[in-house]
Amino acid sequence: MKQKIGSYPWAPWAFLALPLVLYLVWVVVPIFQSMLFAFTKRDSIVYGTVFVGFKNFGRLVQDPQFWTAVKNNVLWLVFFVLVPVPLGLAVAMLFNNDYPGTRAYKTLFYLPMTLSFAVIGTIWMWIYNPDYGVLNTFLRGAGLDAWAKQWLGDKRYMTGALIAVGVWRQVPYVMILYLAGLKGVPGELVEAAMIDGANWGQRFRHVVIPMLAPATVVAITISIIDSLRAFDIVYVMTNTKARAAEVLASYMYSSSFAYSDYGYGSAIAVVQFLITLAFILVYISNILKNETDR
Amino acid sequence: MRNTARSRTYRTVVGLLFYAFASALVLVWLLPIVIAVFTSVKSMDEIMSSPAMWKPPKVWRWGNFAEVWGKVGMSRYVLNTFVIAIPSVLVALLVSSLSAFALAVYRFKLNKAVLILFVAGMLIPFQMLMIPVFRLSDAIGVRDSFPGVILFHVAFQLGFCTFFLRNFMRTIPFSLVEAPRMDGAGEFLIYRKIILPLSISSLAALGVLEFTWIWNDLLWSLVLLQSDALKPVTLGLANMQGEFVQYYNMTAAGSIIAALAPLGVFLVFQRYFIEGLTVGAEKG
Repeated sequence: MKQKIGSYPWAPWAFLALPLVLYLVWVVVPIFQSMLFAFTKRDSIVYGTVFVGFKNFGRLVQDPQFWTAVKNNVLWLVFFVLVPVPLGLAVAMLFNNDYPGTRAYKTLFYLPMTLSFAVIGTIWMWIYNPDYGVLNTFLRGAGLDAWAKQWLGDKRYMTGALIAVGVWRQVPYVMILYLAGLKGVPGELVEAAMIDGANWGQRFRHVVIPMLAPATVVAITISIIDSLRAFDIVYVMTNTKARAAEVLASYMYSSSFAYSDYGYGSAIAVVQFLITLAFILVYISNILKNETDR
Repeated sequence: MRNTARSRTYRTVVGLLFYAFASALVLVWLLPIVIAVFTSVKSMDEIMSSPAMWKPPKVWRWGNFAEVWGKVGMSRYVLNTFVIAIPSVLVALLVSSLSAFALAVYRFKLNKAVLILFVAGMLIPFQMLMIPVFRLSDAIGVRDSFPGVILFHVAFQLGFCTFFLRNFMRTIPFSLVEAPRMDGAGEFLIYRKIILPLSISSLAALGVLEFTWIWNDLLWSLVLLQSDALKPVTLGLANMQGEFVQYYNMTAAGSIIAALAPLGVFLVFQRYFIEGLTVGAEKG
């Protein structure tokens, strides 16, 4: 739609008034408040503000638990890019055809995405159960007894086990993004490459992949932002009591709401926010680029 | 002749390979869900005596669902979730249609800036909002109440809703706005009588997606609701795990009950779902 305003300079603001006020009060102002709180010490969520400068951040640097959360979050981020993106692309390529029934496959594959983490976490707890769980039963059945572990009880495997659950739900999402992207790959282009004698691998690499670049940018940025937001799985599957599995989001929650250290919690939130902001900016610049393409 | 015959065989083989591979993939991927369904209708005796959770139950005990629904109190949690999700979605759609209209129809200096504000806000980590939103809800007396959670959901979802609807409204031909203007129609009339009716299908798509998101929310209920009587299914399920941790069949039945509404909505409206999720992935 072409835009023209002419003699209605007040009109957009009349329409924006209610939504913008709601958004400013509940979302925008709280962001700045959290930044402010990060420089305070407060034992009560409501009362008692003492400014302490950068002390909270100084504590963070020396807090091994914080670094555990950072390390875990980096793992989440790396695996959320390395696994769902190529796997989601592979599944999208598999389902990008018109065999009868493909739609049903896509629908089924997509189901995990509609479930809440509360449900997903509950389900996966039995899969990881050391005694009866499907995973260990399967491993023992295959004669790999040494591989059967205390998945959610052993510090070394906890984060990996949680990430696997997140990945399970993320792959279908990335598939959807790629299927949408593949709709934009014209068949003639692939056919032209075919006539030129390009084999499947060459066509994929030189025609399909470049055409999918925009979808890849979105898939990667969204997956990174999701990995930095990871909270529900950790909360449901460990109740944030397994400190070795904490990520920034859950550590912020437990510092604030379990240990009533609200200034410190805000400092963790600020760190999480600043890391995420970099990727939010990538996402936004990508949207704006597409805007001018119109 | 021989060539076409060969290519037909080739295509059949590729087709069969596709079905075999796709079926195996979907089966493996959905195994956790299959296990949940089977476990939910088994008796505890059967679960303990045979650890093979992926095997169908010998006796299908549908009574487990009745027990979780009634005695465990899942019905209350489900009801609470509807009470939170439905008004949140409706109000978010209504309010965001205003901002979307403003950003889609008018050219003004801060248009892009306001859009960026809405889009950036929808992606920020919730932790950045938790403490201030708790304090705000407390100060205005809506903490630990449905209106408090609903207000937050509405305000926060405005980001995505505005972005989504504005992208749709931009595809409506501008002549539909200009013609009534020439006839002297007011701006609000154009919004209400022309743009809003034309946006019904995209409002529906958005509503479906938002309903699932709000239904599945755990964090905000955790922060804003303390009374057990107000908790939604996600929290009810998390609490159940504490109490019924040994009763796999009960927690499985509970998790299926908690998943039914979004699952049903998805299966009925999947086309909308997918449209909604790819907004921002395609050209705006």
